Amino acid sequence: MAPLRKLDPFSRFFMKLYRGKHYEATPHTRLRLPLNECRVALITTAGFLLDGQPPFESGDCSYREIPNATQTQALINGHKSAAYDERGLETDPNLAFPLDRFKELETEGKIGSLNHRHFSFMGSITKPEALIEKTAPEVGHKLKTDGVDVAFLTPV
Amino acid sequence: MCNQSVGLIQRAVEAAGISTVSITLIEDITKKVKPPRALGVPYGFGHPLGEPNNLALQHAIIAEALALLEDKTPPPILKSSRQHDMLVDSNSSTNRIA
Repeated sequence: MAPLRKLDPFSRFFMKLYRGKHYEATPHTRLRLPLNECRVALITTAGFLLDGQPPFESGDCSYREIPNATQTQALINGHKSAAYDERGLETDPNLAFPLDRFKELETEGKIGSLNHRHFSFMGSITKPEALIEKTAPEVGHKLKTDGVDVAFLTPV
Repeated sequence: MCNQSVGLIQRAVEAAGISTVSITLIEDITKKVKPPRALGVPYGFGHPLGEPNNLALQHAIIAEALALLEDKTPPPILKSSRQHDMLVDSNSSTNRIA
């Protein structure tokens, strides 16, 4: 796990100035079923999208739906950030959106099933108000409507 | 910023009545956002599941994260991954803001 002191000097300086969100309480939904009976959805902030979907803008709080039937090699890296090495992600999108790994878990019976859709956000959001108030709750509502029990989230 | 965004999305999805777990690359941000369950990993930005095409490592990280869903400790739970020695190629990329 990377503490801030392990960041490069530019990023450390930025993070010290940036007033991030700070919460005291944590929402809590207890797992109601064993994992091998749960319906699972993936959420990534890697900014992946599919051919034909609108590109992400910088600081964009919107999201794209990724159907479960998507082949991971069809995912387009839409994250507009030069801040990290993207070669790994482009070689293997599972690195930040582990759809193939979860399909393997589904086949092995370790999770109940995968939801018919997953969600992709952009990561570089310094003004997250629209995310907090609109788009993230919207995705929560959609997943609840889908009967999803568990969401697995990955940053980039 | 990705790690903050994940935590914020996670809080909203958990509040909608879904159990959630996330991977984090920056412990200090996750401690502030306090999502219900997070697994801290020691890899660089762009590499939350360790390495491309390292299926064993990716599955080990996922299994460790999913186990947090069954942890009886009251949230927020922030745990460090134990999969430090499964990297095939140990070139360490410097973390920058993603």
